Amino acid sequence: MKKFYDKLFSGITYGAAFFTIAALVGIILSIFTEGIPILKKVGIFSTLFGMEWRPVDDPPIFGMWTLIVSSIYVTIGTLVVAIPLGLGSAIYISELAGRRTKEIIKPIIELLAGIPSVIYGLVGIVFLSPFVMDTFGAPIGLNMFSASLILGIMVIPIISTMSEDALNAVPQNLRDASLSLGANKFETIYKVIIPAAKSGIIGSFILAFGRAIGETLVVLMVAGGSAQIPKSIFSPVRPMTAAIAAEMGETVVGSDHYSSLFAIAIILFFITFFSNIITELVFFRKKKI
Amino acid sequence: MEEEIKIRSEKLDFFYGDNQALFDINMNIPKGLVTALIGPSGCGKSTYLRTLNRMNDTIFGTVVKGIVEIDGVNIYNKSTDVVTLRKRVGMIFQKSTPFPKSIYENIAYGPRIHGSTARKDLDMVVEKSLKNAGLWDEVKDRLNKSAMGLSGGQQQRLCIARALAVDPEILLMDEPASALDPKSTARIEDLIGELKGNYTIVIVTHNMQQAARVSDKTAFFYEGELIEFGDTKKIFTKPDMQKTEEYITGKFG
Repeated sequence: MKKFYDKLFSGITYGAAFFTIAALVGIILSIFTEGIPILKKVGIFSTLFGMEWRPVDDPPIFGMWTLIVSSIYVTIGTLVVAIPLGLGSAIYISELAGRRTKEIIKPIIELLAGIPSVIYGLVGIVFLSPFVMDTFGAPIGLNMFSASLILGIMVIPIISTMSEDALNAVPQNLRDASLSLGANKFETIYKVIIPAAKSGIIGSFILAFGRAIGETLVVLMVAGGSAQIPKSIFSPVRPMTAAIAAEMGETVVGSDHYSSLFAIAIILFFITFFSNIITELVFFRKKKI
Repeated sequence: MEEEIKIRSEKLDFFYGDNQALFDINMNIPKGLVTALIGPSGCGKSTYLRTLNRMNDTIFGTVVKGIVEIDGVNIYNKSTDVVTLRKRVGMIFQKSTPFPKSIYENIAYGPRIHGSTARKDLDMVVEKSLKNAGLWDEVKDRLNKSAMGLSGGQQQRLCIARALAVDPEILLMDEPASALDPKSTARIEDLIGELKGNYTIVIVTHNMQQAARVSDKTAFFYEGELIEFGDTKKIFTKPDMQKTEEYITGKFG
């Protein structure tokens, strides 16, 4: 009887694992089958690098370059905001804060991760947008700058918690050894602790990158939605995710426009796929050392 | 022969929060000799060692009362610069602690922090320190390889070389050989003998044979108090205190 339960249990868990993989394969297959027709029809090169995204014009033009560039710029902006703040707070929490301060700050930063992205979007529209117009004289408050700032704050917990774990994993005796040689705290952190935690810290950056480039709701609400190559950091942009989310409801199933949105999904898939692979490699290397 | 005093502690009390770990330690550590600190676990010998370069400062909630003088100056004065102090008082830890850098960069770390940047100077310091630590011949062809690839005994000698590279006057060793095999241990003990004279060495050890082999002076700690301090030969042959004799002969430990 015992043997039967063992078998049953292993069968159920196997089923769960199989279902997960099947779902993933299904998703990949569907974006490829729906997306490839437009790439065949218009050509990969002119789809990827075409400068015009006019899917509802007659005739429509499906050049995605502005969307791709928008995504990349917003993601870079996000990292510019989130890396210094996230790594800075990780260093503070792990190396400098007293025990009590640490116990207060750490959960607060982790709380940031629990806020639904729609709330970030609302804050962006209601508070940040007018502030950006007033302060920087931007014609439109919903733009690349605002999206980067909001997204940046949103991914801080990813960078700070993961980097903090990496810093904490550095053995205490390395700190002691450095201090005993007459190094001060800054030198110890900068020259010993951070290099020793390097792979975990870089891993946190890549994870934040993946989160930022895939985030949809915030950029849909805050990035401004204009499919153009941005002229300044205050230009409104239309990242890939926002284009898919905004336009999918208006397309006819099976149309060229419909297919082109899946083609965007293919590009996104490749970007996140490779960033995941890089993360794996970075962590794999860490384990080997 | 009159011994010159290098380190003097007077009425030294030490607290971890409400826990008193050291009680009224009065001790004169002679210059250029090896002084061993022995005693059972938790007797305060490592805590005492760490008061000598103020490494206990890094532990939250510790309090020091009393005086520790090096060359007649109290290192717990407000005016003491901890960085300069630690440059003068090097430390070797129980577990070897190579930085995840090359062998060369490990040794050059201290000198760089204290302002040496010229490659030629650094090359010289690296070679000299490794030679003094008896490691040069084993690593001279792979200075740019990671220090993590060295054996345990080599790593510990690397740490000694790294400490020597900042040109200290005193070396504190906290059970430097307890994690090593007998051969590497013998190597470290020989090295201590070679370094003696140029450096004042204070070594904490669990191993009484080791204390007897390497040290000139021995201090026996028990429950936070200094029970007896004197010439090693005397401590190990006819100690004054009964407690010392009981510990030496293995009645407790």
